[in-house]
Amino acid sequence: MNGCLIRGGRVIDPAVGRDAVGDVWMIDGRIVDGKVDGVQAKEFDATGKIVCPGFIETQATLQEPGWDDVETIVSGTAAAVAGGVTSVACLPETEPVVDNRAAVEFILQQAVRSGTCHVFPLGAVTKNRLGEELAEIGQLVEGGAVALSDGKRAVANAEVMRRGLEYAKMFGCRIFHHPQDPELVAGGVMHEGLYSTLLGLGGMPAEAEEILVARDVALAELTGGSLHLMTVSTAQSVEIIRRARERGVDVTASVTPHHLVLTDAELQTFDTQCKVDPPFRSREHVEALVAGLVDGTIEVISSDHRPVPAEEKELEIDVAPFGIVGLETLLPLCIRALIDSERMEWSDLISRLTCGPAKILGLNKGSLAVGNDADVVVIDPDVEWEINPAEFRSRCANTPFGGWQVRGRVETVFVAGSPVYSIDR
Amino acid sequence: MTTPSDDQAGTGDGPVWTGKHLLGLEDLSAAEITAILDQAAEFKKRSLEPNKKLDLLNGTVVANLFFEPSTRTRTSFSLAAKRLSADTIDFTASGSSLSKGETFVDTARNIEAMGASLVVVRHRSPGAPHQLAGRIKAGVLNAGDGTHEHPTQALLDLFTIREKRGSFEGLTVTLVGDILHSRVARSNIWGLKKLGARVIVCGPSTLIPPRIEEFGVEVSHRLDDVLEETDCVNLLRIQFERQRGAFFPSIREYTHFYGMNSERLKAARSDVMILAPGPINRGVELTQDVADGPHSVILDQVTNGLAVRMACLYLLHQSHATGGDG
Repeated sequence: MNGCLIRGGRVIDPAVGRDAVGDVWMIDGRIVDGKVDGVQAKEFDATGKIVCPGFIETQATLQEPGWDDVETIVSGTAAAVAGGVTSVACLPETEPVVDNRAAVEFILQQAVRSGTCHVFPLGAVTKNRLGEELAEIGQLVEGGAVALSDGKRAVANAEVMRRGLEYAKMFGCRIFHHPQDPELVAGGVMHEGLYSTLLGLGGMPAEAEEILVARDVALAELTGGSLHLMTVSTAQSVEIIRRARERGVDVTASVTPHHLVLTDAELQTFDTQCKVDPPFRSREHVEALVAGLVDGTIEVISSDHRPVPAEEKELEIDVAPFGIVGLETLLPLCIRALIDSERMEWSDLISRLTCGPAKILGLNKGSLAVGNDADVVVIDPDVEWEINPAEFRSRCANTPFGGWQVRGRVETVFVAGSPVYSIDR
Repeated sequence: MTTPSDDQAGTGDGPVWTGKHLLGLEDLSAAEITAILDQAAEFKKRSLEPNKKLDLLNGTVVANLFFEPSTRTRTSFSLAAKRLSADTIDFTASGSSLSKGETFVDTARNIEAMGASLVVVRHRSPGAPHQLAGRIKAGVLNAGDGTHEHPTQALLDLFTIREKRGSFEGLTVTLVGDILHSRVARSNIWGLKKLGARVIVCGPSTLIPPRIEEFGVEVSHRLDDVLEETDCVNLLRIQFERQRGAFFPSIREYTHFYGMNSERLKAARSDVMILAPGPINRGVELTQDVADGPHSVILDQVTNGLAVRMACLYLLHQSHATGGDG
């Protein structure tokens, strides 16, 4: 039997309300409550560090199969663990699309063969993500899909979305939706407002998101289905979701850390690295997102990892693709937005990265309770460092955060009881 | 050929502009704009002499990179460079770069490698010249970037107004039409506000971008309401090629509310100036008789454009030669 002991850290496990200095024991890939006779435990000193469950990413684009020149399950999971993420749910934005059982099984198999962390595929809601006919949802679930999503393409047709929610409910599966009216954002590059007017760039009005958030909430209410709104970005979205949850509608939502630290003013340099979907909003929206996280309306923080090759980010801003590689900067950006600003306690932040995502993905993960998978992260909360995209493990380095001085870093990561990442290595 | 001498244009004591690039008027101060206009006035004076050629940019290579079709701006820049004795490279490509092909940055780097020290860029994408400015050493001159800015057009509009009226104090300029898609409008707003004019933007509500009032302009939807208080009307071109979907019901309805015709001219001030950046859609933004009538300064604008572009090229060249910090 193999064992590990992480000694003397501040153990934060929001799922069970634990936040105290102590030890974490792992044997044979599981959390145990103490030393077992006859087991040689490798010791890790975590004095002054935070020890918590590994982070769970609810929506990364791993690009495999189809775009393995951009990212693969190997490079994507390597990037994940470097960011403290031990489980990744991947969007079906692949070629071919994960809209059938074989495709789900391929990803799971590939993850076992070559991944450094757990991978949970999301299956498509509709065939080829076209928003027209439902994909074979039942077989996707049987094949291992943990939830359903058409990725960054909204299911624009309300009737199709309704049937999707109804049908997925039968399999206990949540629909992860990108709420954005495609016609209202056509030709859009950035948030519609003062800066889009200033820069002459196509606007993506906040209302394009809010209209679909309201529609989706109404459809979830109608069908009793389970809905997850991916990376919402506006004040009114948060408010609609807050009210719906008060009424008991099964709706959850996520935000990205980059939407908490940057605003639309950033686009003034025409830096394509700041082109993201949904777009960076203005200050008042950012405030509302933070408030939504603080009061629990938003249960999940997602890095929305989206690799884009350098040559495509060098294109003109209106044709360059959207996206930021987020996995490796997830934690320090969260710290800057939420801990340094004293808006959140550590345990609340960690819940949005662990048990929050586990709940909406339906995973028995995200906790250090005895018997759980030993996916553990050791964090140095105080170390200051500079983000250097050249050191990313992702195949792409598309980020606006290169050169940023940040605080807090993932130090050691265990997946199923094995150390898979260490900052010193 | 004239040689530089003590009375050479640009050696006065007035304010100077030492930018490394000319990307937009948003970035310039009133003094810098005035410096460019003063330089242009010098060049215009010289252009009335029989030998129009100056050897100020002798040995310098000016590249005109036009990634979007243009006749008048390209010709104007090309001639401006030649008047200053620069060698010119004209590169024209339509459409945007392909994802796997050569990017527009690559194209500019190639042209720079041929020795171009000033690059004039016209592009359909907002910010393309700004992206270039960060990646090449040559001075970048924005000749119109999508729906963002068109600084030399605004400078020549300012020059034309100043030439006729002397100053901008107390002057009301109304920009009419498609403000949303107009780079000319944005550059004009910055320039006019900085020099002290009052600016009204007038057009259908669908073509007025959000929060434009925050730039210090007034918004009107009825030309007839503001004509009386307007000294200069700048009739922007309807950008049919940049619009997606319908922003107004028909050209006939647009012309009904915003077209400049002899009726409206009668209601305007007796000394009203009619500007249009062109190419005009005759019968849409203005009628034939107004375009060719006594209030129209459309052809003066074209003439002045040459002097303004010479000034921009010359001053940029100077600041690169002397290591300016802009």
